[in-house]
Amino acid sequence: MSISHAPPSPPEPDISDISETHAEQGAALHLTPIVPTSARRTRVPRWLRRTTGPLLLLVLWQLLSATGVLTADVLASPGRIAQVGWDLIADGSLPGAIGTSLQRVAGGLLLGTVIGTGLALVSGLFRIGEDLVDAPVQMLRTVPFVGLIPLFIIWFGIGEAPKIAIITLGVTFPLYLNVYAGIRGVDTQLIEAGESLGLSRRGLVRHVVLPGALPGALTGLRYSLGIAWLALVFAEQVNADAGIGFLMVQARDFLRTDVIVVCLIVYAFLGLLADLVVRLLERLLLQWRPTFTGR
Amino acid sequence: MATDVHGPVSPQVSPTSHAVRVEGLSRSFDGRAVIDDLRLDIRPGEFVALLGRSGCGKSTLLRILAGLDRDIRGTVLVPRRKAVAFQAPRLMPWKKVWRNVLLGLPGKPERAVAEKALEEVGLDHRTDAWPKTLSGGEAQRASLARALVREPDLLLLDEPFGALDALTRIKAQRLVGELWLRRGCAVLLVTHDVEEAVLLADRVLVMDDGVIAHEQTVDLDRPRDIADPRFAELRAGLLERLGVDTAAEAA
Repeated sequence: MSISHAPPSPPEPDISDISETHAEQGAALHLTPIVPTSARRTRVPRWLRRTTGPLLLLVLWQLLSATGVLTADVLASPGRIAQVGWDLIADGSLPGAIGTSLQRVAGGLLLGTVIGTGLALVSGLFRIGEDLVDAPVQMLRTVPFVGLIPLFIIWFGIGEAPKIAIITLGVTFPLYLNVYAGIRGVDTQLIEAGESLGLSRRGLVRHVVLPGALPGALTGLRYSLGIAWLALVFAEQVNADAGIGFLMVQARDFLRTDVIVVCLIVYAFLGLLADLVVRLLERLLLQWRPTFTGR
Repeated sequence: MATDVHGPVSPQVSPTSHAVRVEGLSRSFDGRAVIDDLRLDIRPGEFVALLGRSGCGKSTLLRILAGLDRDIRGTVLVPRRKAVAFQAPRLMPWKKVWRNVLLGLPGKPERAVAEKALEEVGLDHRTDAWPKTLSGGEAQRASLARALVREPDLLLLDEPFGALDALTRIKAQRLVGELWLRRGCAVLLVTHDVEEAVLLADRVLVMDDGVIAHEQTVDLDRPRDIADPRFAELRAGLLERLGVDTAAEAA
């Protein structure tokens, strides 16, 4: 745009020159409407669109099975799996197996939580505890716990004890690490504020350190639950005479892919359920968190 | 007045007419003396402001008086009942406002105690709120209520208005002035705002080189007026002490 002075002869002010060019441009402009997103959105709800993918996969699977491309020895058809799943529930073998497996996980989880949290408290709260506990735990942590199954069988026999021990071991370390990090990560400014308010050491631990470590502890619990199921699968593949793993081993011997898939689905659901429980706990215990978003 | 001693000196509980007595106080960090043979007296009920450039040791002095820093030499006598409000409100995020106020009080105080203190700072409508839902000014007032509920003989304020916006700061300063008049406790306000110091304090101290380098009594009537020429004079004098040339901004 020219900013040179307009000739003095016309009576109009300088600006008229500029506004005229604007007017010319405006006449040539094509305006496009900005369409609100609501108008562009399709009418199919999101959940429906999201379920379509898995459903299509199921249909494809069923088709492949029905046409004989996918034989029952390789993978049973979805319909067959549903039928077998129903039968297993009806004759009580699946609920019984789930009960046994849940007991093992609960036992291991309880023991692991007590040990992991206890050790973390000792090394998180006391200098001497840290010196004594942290190094050995960090060393043991690097041993793949599944590798200890043979040793545990020698020590504990083939009953419930080695299975619960494996789960305990798997659960202990993630909990320890996260609770410990949570305790050490508590804002020193808050601890100082607590001190200035006259809190005793016990009061500080109770009102400042432990609540501050809670988010870390729940993260640890989440990891631990994931590992607990993993440990359960390993533990139950060895010398089990009950439980979901036992059902699977039996099914393998009879080439029953349908039963195996049913068991896998059960494992998945139990894992999902556990995650749900932790999220519920977080919703209850962490509602004070500024970063909390899971309403 | 109940006094207690901390630091490596023998307890000498004496019925003095002081809210704070500091003598020969030294504190060094890695061999560098931040506070060097400092002397400070505060009378009961006196409002003292402590000014100084950043890093001059004024916050360290406050932390020592609060009992948070005990790696010291010298005599420090402070009342047993003392309270601190920090620059950040430092509320426990996992405790509702009223529980924050009662935190650390001996015995099992009733919720009404907290409500009364919160009412005093104009925050009685947020008693049951989580700290995360408070605005900056509200959180600072909650922190103030937490300090006041202890009924301190000495209130230590560490740049409590530093993080507030200009409008909120004016209100908060006014509130502190009113609370002090009502409570009559001794106050030590650490700040870098000269105007704030002159507005609130009976006596303004300037800290430099680890000692109280300058002392200025402010005998203006309350409530004080910033537009008062004597106010401007005091302010200019203190700014000069702090090494700020006031001639340039006098226009």
